[in-house]
Amino acid sequence: MAYVPHTESDRRAMLAEIGLERMDDLYDAIPKEVRFPDLDLPDPISEMEITREMLTLSEANLEVQHVPCFLGAGAYNHFIPSIIDHILLRNEFYTAYTPYQPEISQGTLQAIFEYQSLMCNLTGMEVSNASHYDGATALAEAVILALNQHRGKRHKVLLSPTIHPHYRQVVRTYTQGMGLTIVGDESLDTSSAMLAEMIDGETTLVAVQYPDFLGRIEDLSSLGEAANKAGALFCVVVNPLALGLLRPPSEFGADIVVGDGQPLGIPLSYGGPYVGIFTTRQQYVRKMSGRLVGETVDSRGQRGYVLTLTPREQHIRRDKATSNICTNQGLMALATAVYLSIVGKQGLREVAELCYHKAHYAAEKIDALDHYSLWHRGPFFHEFVVSCPKPVAEINNQLLDYDILGGYDLGQEYPALADHMLIAVTEIISKEDINDLVTVLEEVSHD
Amino acid sequence: MTEPLVYEISSPGRHALRMPEVDVPKAPLPEGLIREDLPLPELSEIDVVRHFVRLSQLNHGVDTGFYPLGSCTMKYNPKLNEDTARLPGFAFTHPLQDPETAQGTLALMYSLQEWLSEIGGFAAVSLQPAAGAHGELTGILIIRAYHKDRGDEKRTKILVPDSAHGTNPATTTMSGMEVIEIPSDERGNIDLDSLRGHCDESVAGLMLTNPNTLGLFEEQVREVIELIHGCGGLIYGDGANMNALLGVVRPGDLGFDVLQYNLHKTFSTPHGGGGPGSGPVGVAEHLVDFLPTPLVDVVEEGDEVLPPLYGFVTPKKSIGRVKSFHGHFGVAVKAYTYLRLLGKKGLREVADFSVLNANYLRVRMRDVYHIPYDRVCMHEFVAEGRWEDAPDIHALDIAKRLMDYGFHPPTNYFPLIVREALMIEPTETESLETLDAFVKAMLEIAEQARSDPELLKTAPHKTTFGRMDEVKAARQLVLCCWPVERDES
Repeated sequence: MAYVPHTESDRRAMLAEIGLERMDDLYDAIPKEVRFPDLDLPDPISEMEITREMLTLSEANLEVQHVPCFLGAGAYNHFIPSIIDHILLRNEFYTAYTPYQPEISQGTLQAIFEYQSLMCNLTGMEVSNASHYDGATALAEAVILALNQHRGKRHKVLLSPTIHPHYRQVVRTYTQGMGLTIVGDESLDTSSAMLAEMIDGETTLVAVQYPDFLGRIEDLSSLGEAANKAGALFCVVVNPLALGLLRPPSEFGADIVVGDGQPLGIPLSYGGPYVGIFTTRQQYVRKMSGRLVGETVDSRGQRGYVLTLTPREQHIRRDKATSNICTNQGLMALATAVYLSIVGKQGLREVAELCYHKAHYAAEKIDALDHYSLWHRGPFFHEFVVSCPKPVAEINNQLLDYDILGGYDLGQEYPALADHMLIAVTEIISKEDINDLVTVLEEVSHD
Repeated sequence: MTEPLVYEISSPGRHALRMPEVDVPKAPLPEGLIREDLPLPELSEIDVVRHFVRLSQLNHGVDTGFYPLGSCTMKYNPKLNEDTARLPGFAFTHPLQDPETAQGTLALMYSLQEWLSEIGGFAAVSLQPAAGAHGELTGILIIRAYHKDRGDEKRTKILVPDSAHGTNPATTTMSGMEVIEIPSDERGNIDLDSLRGHCDESVAGLMLTNPNTLGLFEEQVREVIELIHGCGGLIYGDGANMNALLGVVRPGDLGFDVLQYNLHKTFSTPHGGGGPGSGPVGVAEHLVDFLPTPLVDVVEEGDEVLPPLYGFVTPKKSIGRVKSFHGHFGVAVKAYTYLRLLGKKGLREVADFSVLNANYLRVRMRDVYHIPYDRVCMHEFVAEGRWEDAPDIHALDIAKRLMDYGFHPPTNYFPLIVREALMIEPTETESLETLDAFVKAMLEIAEQARSDPELLKTAPHKTTFGRMDEVKAARQLVLCCWPVERDES
């Protein structure tokens, strides 16, 4: 029996102790007519056979270790130091539950406390929760925090059009029963200056992305100021890896910083599990959702850590809770803490600079081609938009023939950007990879 | 011994990871946008390894000992799961690459959708939700959208039994609907008279955990479902306790309209010390169009030579996207691996032995611990951690004392309808020897509660850490640390 240790004699002895004759007697409370359905499921196979089957399935996929990946758009192929997986595979970490019993969960608790600390230092904010599911749901939770802060009296949310499309969609899904007006993202032309003018006394939250979905970076201080002046909360969606180089959003007056921690040592894994970063100012801590770890002492006077401010949470406040979130992304938060510890102060800056310089080299080379041009001339981090001579899907198919995974087809989400490709360049991409991309792009523009 | 914080072992100028030199001409950095200070720790590789290995040693996990935490299904997490999820073709695929280049991934997701549908008795399953509570939100939004689509705008109430997980009422509030709490009767079932009183055209649905948090199968589940359906409401099933039902009964066959599965509980993907989980949602035929986007489907039928072509589709009246990309794919790989190994036969054994183990513990403990709803239970049961002749002892003291025996305590103080609750879920992967050792410890603790109550009040004694001062934590609110040398000069 798979993972079940009972012998036949154990089973009989246990049934006898309970006072039942047959295993089926355990289920008398279940309506007879629906009991024991004949399930249409495959028969069991051995570990050896599964290993082969999974290998075959996995090899049917194109994977980015074997081809240069210029695809980003919210999930990035960065180098993952070997140490991370060794730590994640520590049984004591991954086979534990949420740390409800602090005396025997100090490993998880201190790791989360360190994660919170690293995220505060990286984003420049004062408090961090223990994580949300991903960047998109973290943004949705930011909207809910703002609503609670304004006691439900303000109903307008301003979203920049260059926040990741999935994030904006998730905000709309989460809040569909809350009677909100979500505006600002109707046209790609809406700049942050225009967004600032849309802020009014009804506005509960203004959110922008930095670097934005199209890779661009700008000083967001005046938008932050405008939000602040109108009493609206200002939320910045970040790529945490970019903060190895760029000014933290706290310097732009951010009240909440959210983002996806995937670039910090988490594999692409076809979109998840990742980790949602959520940091804010101390004054909002009681309105913040999610787990929170705080420092304390034990009965022997030793420093220790516990889940704290639990009265905000679902298991205590039930229908008055700040959110229903329970299980979050503990192990992925640990991955990012290990990543930031191993790359450290110097390493994160180096990784971010490598991305920056390589992306700029690629942009310049592509811009120099006859039939391609850079769509945006201002500052960007490691992702940029290129207008192409033909449909992006077609180009990407041709790039695949050369074993290159091309960029994101922006026409899918932004009709104004049909035939525009969003290209991401990380530290993993070599100069040679970039030159190859440029050569093939040039070649495919002729046919 | 306590372990210092990463910032406390940091030393200026030390670094671990060597990155390659920049191999392209350097571009000028943008003015006014570059940060001055990056307050991250500076450590060597061995510092980092020892630090996190030491931290891990301060944890209790399923792999270090018995973990009978009620409603959490802390079963053994097969090592094979960890290996398959890390296969490069799964771990290094980009969520936005052309689905035609990720057919292995889509085939896996499609099979898992189909298998979960079959296990739960539903028409379709979405793998999008990230955890149980996320699945609940998805399910309740589906119920809301269903009524709205029919022009039935008056339905604004969700009925929630008082034995429900705390996430249920919180979920309802997030969906913009109102929570109405329904009491339990003396057998631990939903109080039918009270339920009947609330059944009218304002009811959008009922959230039902079955088996409920007392570990009991709702004896009148059919009547409950008929009442709700009779007034036009729908049934949401909290599938956190599905372990007991695998191959035994399908919620869909009972009349449940929506249910979330917890892959990190029932399907053995680990809990990770607080996630990542995965909370797929299954729905009956009339709700398929409302599922979150995207779903995996066959977009071109296969034939004798070619396999089918899988792609993503958006249900017609979808509530929208609940998460970026495609759910927790890495967790789905683990659940798929587990289901493939178990097959149909193994699945039924999971239910059988989890229920057998729980009942064995219940019967062995019941002479010493009061079990308020003492009948054949499913995968878990709830005992009271209190005795009249040991008035100072609480469930918490018993829980802490259990740590001295090397066991993780049961869930305590939940469900709220039992005084000093100890909610015990052994799971199917624990042997008779382990259960007997646990019973022995529980019986000894019951004796100590009378003979030496102080021993319990001051427990744990043998762990690295003693009882934590939770009040102090909430009062001082130290929630993060800063670089040690941070000198505001």
